[in-house]
Amino acid sequence: MSVKIEEIQAPVWNEPVIMEMGYPGRRGALFSPTEEAIEARVGAAVDLVPAAMRRRDRPALPELSEPEVLYHYLRLSQQTLGMMGTSLFGTCTMKYNPQINEAIAWRPEVTEVHPLQHEDTLQGTLEIVHGMDRILRELSGMDQFVFQAGGGAEAAFVHAAVTRAYHASRGELEQRNEIITTIQTHPCNAATAAAAGFKVITLMLDENGYPSLDALKAAVSDRTAALMVGNPDDMGVYNPDMKEWVRIVHEAGGLCFYDSANFNGTMSKIRPREIGFDACMFMLHKTFGAPKSGVGGPATGAYGCSAALAPFLPAPIVTVDGDHYSLDHDRPQSVGKIREFWGNVPVILKAYAWVRAMGADGIAQASDISVLGNNYMEKGLLAIRGVTRSHPESKSPRLEMTRYSMQTLKDETGVDVHDVQNRMTDFGIDAMWTSHEPWLIPEPFTPEAGEMYGKEALDRWVAVLARISDEAYSNPDIVKTAPHNQAIHRLKPGVTDDPRTRATTWRAFQRKLTESRT
Amino acid sequence: MSRPTAHPYMANSVPAVQTEMLEAIGVTDIAELFEQIPLDHRTTRPLDLPPPLNEGELRRHLLSTLAKNRTCEQNLNFLGAGLWQHHVPAACDEVVRRNEWLTSVFGEPSSDHGRNQAWFEFCSQLGELLKLDLVGLPVRSWGSAAGHAIRMAARITQRTEVAIVRAIDPERLSVIRNYCEPVEMESHIAVRLVDYDPATGLMNLDDLRAVVGEQTAAVYFETPSYLGVIEQQGAEIAAIARAAGAETIVGVDPISLGVLSSPVDFGADIVVGTVQPLGIHMHTGGGVGGFIASRDEDRYAHQYPTLFISIAETIKAGEYGFGLSLFEQSSYGLRDKGNDWTGHSVYMWAIAATTYMAMMGPQGFEDVGGLILQRAHYAAQLLSDLDGIHVTFPSGFFKEFVVNFDGTDKSVDEINAALRDLQIFGGKDLSRDFPELGASALYCVTEVHTMADIERLVGAVRKVTAK
Repeated sequence: MSVKIEEIQAPVWNEPVIMEMGYPGRRGALFSPTEEAIEARVGAAVDLVPAAMRRRDRPALPELSEPEVLYHYLRLSQQTLGMMGTSLFGTCTMKYNPQINEAIAWRPEVTEVHPLQHEDTLQGTLEIVHGMDRILRELSGMDQFVFQAGGGAEAAFVHAAVTRAYHASRGELEQRNEIITTIQTHPCNAATAAAAGFKVITLMLDENGYPSLDALKAAVSDRTAALMVGNPDDMGVYNPDMKEWVRIVHEAGGLCFYDSANFNGTMSKIRPREIGFDACMFMLHKTFGAPKSGVGGPATGAYGCSAALAPFLPAPIVTVDGDHYSLDHDRPQSVGKIREFWGNVPVILKAYAWVRAMGADGIAQASDISVLGNNYMEKGLLAIRGVTRSHPESKSPRLEMTRYSMQTLKDETGVDVHDVQNRMTDFGIDAMWTSHEPWLIPEPFTPEAGEMYGKEALDRWVAVLARISDEAYSNPDIVKTAPHNQAIHRLKPGVTDDPRTRATTWRAFQRKLTESRT
Repeated sequence: MSRPTAHPYMANSVPAVQTEMLEAIGVTDIAELFEQIPLDHRTTRPLDLPPPLNEGELRRHLLSTLAKNRTCEQNLNFLGAGLWQHHVPAACDEVVRRNEWLTSVFGEPSSDHGRNQAWFEFCSQLGELLKLDLVGLPVRSWGSAAGHAIRMAARITQRTEVAIVRAIDPERLSVIRNYCEPVEMESHIAVRLVDYDPATGLMNLDDLRAVVGEQTAAVYFETPSYLGVIEQQGAEIAAIARAAGAETIVGVDPISLGVLSSPVDFGADIVVGTVQPLGIHMHTGGGVGGFIASRDEDRYAHQYPTLFISIAETIKAGEYGFGLSLFEQSSYGLRDKGNDWTGHSVYMWAIAATTYMAMMGPQGFEDVGGLILQRAHYAAQLLSDLDGIHVTFPSGFFKEFVVNFDGTDKSVDEINAALRDLQIFGGKDLSRDFPELGASALYCVTEVHTMADIERLVGAVRKVTAK
């Protein structure tokens, strides 16, 4: 195997902040003048605003022509490495965003439709949403899905709200005020449970990489409202006791929610409902090929549940009668709204299109390939000096990702994982995932191969890390001062948090600059 | 499991590649790699899904399905109510669709510099419209922005109630109620609704004084309100809130801010709102997004659930970059001890919105605001001229207004059905959510509606309401 590992050079545009650009009087967008007859009838615009509410000063926005704006943002897009190189960001399941799905989602049948239109005018969209509901039922074994949540964390919040409504309907909500989760379940589960008003019990791991059954038993009581757990967790570790966990929580009267964020490692292999879970959540913007949209959405957390919980779901639900689709708002036990309207339709459409392009075999194969890719990489990564695997007691192959540590490398060279992340970008490899907080494994990193990248890309990723390890042992400065070939250099440490220097807007930045000079 | 034909989305779907990889790790079958999953967890039957489609087949399938929709391009649309049809410059679409940021993740400030800069420019330009120094990255909707802001105020004041104007989108109010938690929860925030004046649509200040008390964490109102009315008592409302030790949270539609004053000018502490009018299509509801902004004081900064992006010097003199700020206080940093929760939002729409604001400039916002004011008032006045129809709050509104059909003997539902036959989507039916307004609908008129469009609407309404 010979792998080319030459460095790359990122575009360096030295692009000013847009607030510094422009010339007074330039225009990037024009509007028609108000028709004379309208002006004659209603009078001047300024007189239509109550005097107390008139804007007296012009907002200090830049004044730019259309091409100046367009090329500024195109240059910024070029200075975004993202998936232009290789990005193996564990827990985010980096997938190809099929361009046909993008093209269709940007057609007016999607972009120029209002969600409050009469359902007779929405039949195509409702058919697709219902189709996605049926697909997810087949994948999960659940009875009903809803797409209102604008991401995985918001779907976890849906679960917290459904949990409240379920226990309230039984008169037990005041008593059942605890939600149990695990330290390697995504933090949004603990956070949404707390924001919904529950006390959160977080189970820690034992030497196998997952919490013991005894730890769960000690946490469960008649105060348990729900279990919220991911499996496999964010280290590729699958908890084999999960069926027993679900039984114990159910026996105590709690609900069981499966965070399917890491479904790539298990899709087609398990169905959450068959294991006993009452509800689950799929992230259509990761597992189902829709874009993550610049790390932050628009996204969709598709929340599915058993028939027993379905009455509590956010409204509306898409229903079908013969070949006519409807939005069912008449759901008296519903928790109401988690977000306005009924979901990020473009994301649902893209996920639906992805499933239709993959088919059952393709989905099973995507899971196979991502687990194969992870274990293939592990072979290469563990051969690198300074790299170890988490939980050495747990010998089984990990699923779609593995948690590693660079503590040895740091101890022996002084180079830490953040230095390595920066140096990797010099080779066109986007910073890999470390770990959620808190770091249980020191100097952690968690690549996830996924099914999109070819063997050559995985080989190159491993070879780059091997090269950087060599550099750390022979010339650590080159790693500690990286990157050398990126759009800009590293930020000065601490500046973005210090109240004297942190500035989320240009106006705050200008004010603090002035203050620092006086 | 091998397939004769590789799948275009998966480079390693070639069987020979898989064999090479399996040999490298010394395993004969991929199934062995799944040994962590106990047999009794395995599904009992294979997936039953429709057969896979190639790109050509998929395109035809999606297009034939979507052809069953009727769009706001094929029809004349007057629906708004939280999501509005504005002109979206083509350059916004070109920028926001770039694959470079379509599925980027955080990366490093040095390697994902361009996207971070675009986010900072979004916050900076919105900050100029709002006249506020501290702007977070977007949240998922206006309702979620309001819900988070109310929870921020409850933490700041250590109080347990919020006063909310009743003239509010029922969907947004439902979102807020979920954020405020039901009464059974110990950390429940009680929602106290404040009446509006039936003659003007403005907040009833006597009722506000009665509702606000020593447990009030915040007063929340919007301008323009859900019913379109420009709330002009902002200074009095903020004074009443401040006198009671409560925060003033104001919701705002930023496309109005070329002609309407920023809520800061009448005393708002936290400003929330929507980003959708700023260069984002309706996307069948997928266009919604929200923001939270305030003065740049620790009192507020440390309560935000949003991520922040801050400008910062790099290690090279004179060079600037952009990095996350106050990350540790989020749920990513502190799990259940963080501020509410943080997760996927609508950051891509921040990129569309920053492009939009840069193209608009100060004059663009003034022009579009004026055009919306005049055309909306024109539509309202012509509709009021019709028999049996009046506009409930006939002056001092922006973009939306309430049309009452009580004098026509027809329900809004009947009128809208008849308008649909004429390729017109009438305003949102308010009859059920605001029974005190009678048979009323919320009509939305923006810069996309010409005088001819308005006159076509008026002619159609005259026709379908004729006795």
